[in-house]
Amino acid sequence: MAEPGDHLFRREAGRMVAALTRLFGVHNLALAEDVVQDAFLRALDVWKQRGVPENPSAWLMATAKNRALDILRRERTARTYAPELGRLLESEWTLAPAVAEAFGESTIRDDQLRLMFSCCHPQLPEIAQVALVLNILCGFGVKEVAAAFLTGHAAMEKRITRGKKVLAESKRLFDLSDELDLPQRLSAVQRALYLLFNEGYHGSHSELAVRAELCVEAMRLAELLLANPVTAIPSTQALIALMCFNAARLPARIDATGNLSSLYEQDRRRWDQELIAKGEQLLDHSAIGPTITEFHVEAAIASIHARARSLEDTSWPVIISLYDTLMTIRPSPVVALNRAIAVAQHEGAQRGLDEIHAIVELDRLAEYPFYFAALAELEQQLGRADEARAHFLTASARARNPMERNFFDRRAHEVAT
Amino acid sequence: MSQFLYLYRGGDSSGTPEMMQQTMQKWMAWMQDLGAKGKLKDQGNPLEAGGKVVKKKTAVTDGPFAEAKDIVGGYTLIEAKDINEAAALAAGCPIFESGGFVEVRPIMTMSM
Repeated sequence: MAEPGDHLFRREAGRMVAALTRLFGVHNLALAEDVVQDAFLRALDVWKQRGVPENPSAWLMATAKNRALDILRRERTARTYAPELGRLLESEWTLAPAVAEAFGESTIRDDQLRLMFSCCHPQLPEIAQVALVLNILCGFGVKEVAAAFLTGHAAMEKRITRGKKVLAESKRLFDLSDELDLPQRLSAVQRALYLLFNEGYHGSHSELAVRAELCVEAMRLAELLLANPVTAIPSTQALIALMCFNAARLPARIDATGNLSSLYEQDRRRWDQELIAKGEQLLDHSAIGPTITEFHVEAAIASIHARARSLEDTSWPVIISLYDTLMTIRPSPVVALNRAIAVAQHEGAQRGLDEIHAIVELDRLAEYPFYFAALAELEQQLGRADEARAHFLTASARARNPMERNFFDRRAHEVAT
Repeated sequence: MSQFLYLYRGGDSSGTPEMMQQTMQKWMAWMQDLGAKGKLKDQGNPLEAGGKVVKKKTAVTDGPFAEAKDIVGGYTLIEAKDINEAAALAAGCPIFESGGFVEVRPIMTMSM
């Protein structure tokens, strides 16, 4: 008996919704989602007794396709469907080929992209865009999205419902050949995937498995951007390079005892060399073109860390100058903090502290645990144990999950002894 | 060894894709376990929800034949020592998690 792949249903959900939305039109998203749910229920009924078929993904697709044909035939006049397909769905002669095309591999890939672009609608806040992408393209249920973002179910449901309303009102899926709107929308999509990845990487969720999954989903969707010539521009390559470098470090972020391990203490032998090589290659390719984006700079920084055999081996001056560049592209207190930490590595703890105290809008870091952790590390290096311990405890009080809390508590304890 | 029929009644398995996949995997594990124990005579089939009800002299009507919560969704033929063992084996069925239940019926044997 075949075993269904991990998250098969979730993966296929996004693909089926994309194909169905192409046919039904984005205003019938709810209908598309119903068809997907029906296909899963049917698969569940049959597979649980008869076993998983040879090609489960094709089985699900065929089920959804047949259901779509039924609906399009039966409700031909009751609803209006995709405006782009219009007449094609009206005659039996053109209906079947149009449906077959919607379920073709390359069409599905493009339609997932179009759906993703539609989710990143400028009327929606970034967090809602990411929630919609997770819900519609990654097959996360509302409660799973809520869990990933540590928000209440009701609040997330409201956000997603509102997002779907905006989506439905946009009448048609985003058109990738729309040269006027593409650049801005593409950058919104990149930003959403970046947020999704970061949520998984640094995320507020305590459960590790869920967080790694968010990273995997972000990378899977980013690969779709890379597969289409229109969206595979240098900034996309840089974004994926950045994801590769960071994902390469995921296996080492948790040490043998199950504790969070900082970049400085990680066992570098556990970094995924294959992902690092892929990141290097993409970063090379991304270096063409006139624009340098924050993804380029962040990927370059991550690449230097990935290449360094040890902390001492790291080229801190290069990292500092990259942070300077990043401050001009996308200034933020968090970027400034990271820059200060690099300065400390290169020029000593006191210089690092000076840089931290000079950060503009320092108050915006008041709830950021790693701000206090950085202060603590530097105070400790300067031999001021009491200050260091106090800062670690402040960081601990602001920790976003038990893993972070344990990490800060452990450091506070180490200072004390 | 005697034979018993499991009738799977009711239950609603809708949920998020991940939840539904997990439900399916629990069912498959349970079926495989029955097979490994040598209790599975015929894994049976799922049944369509709709159908016809045919009664003498009256018109043929469309299903359902019972209240929705009691509709038979599928059947499996198993072998067990007695009805108690058959019922005990059914207790591990994942259908309970979705609000359904299993009806266990002994297959009548011909005896002279």
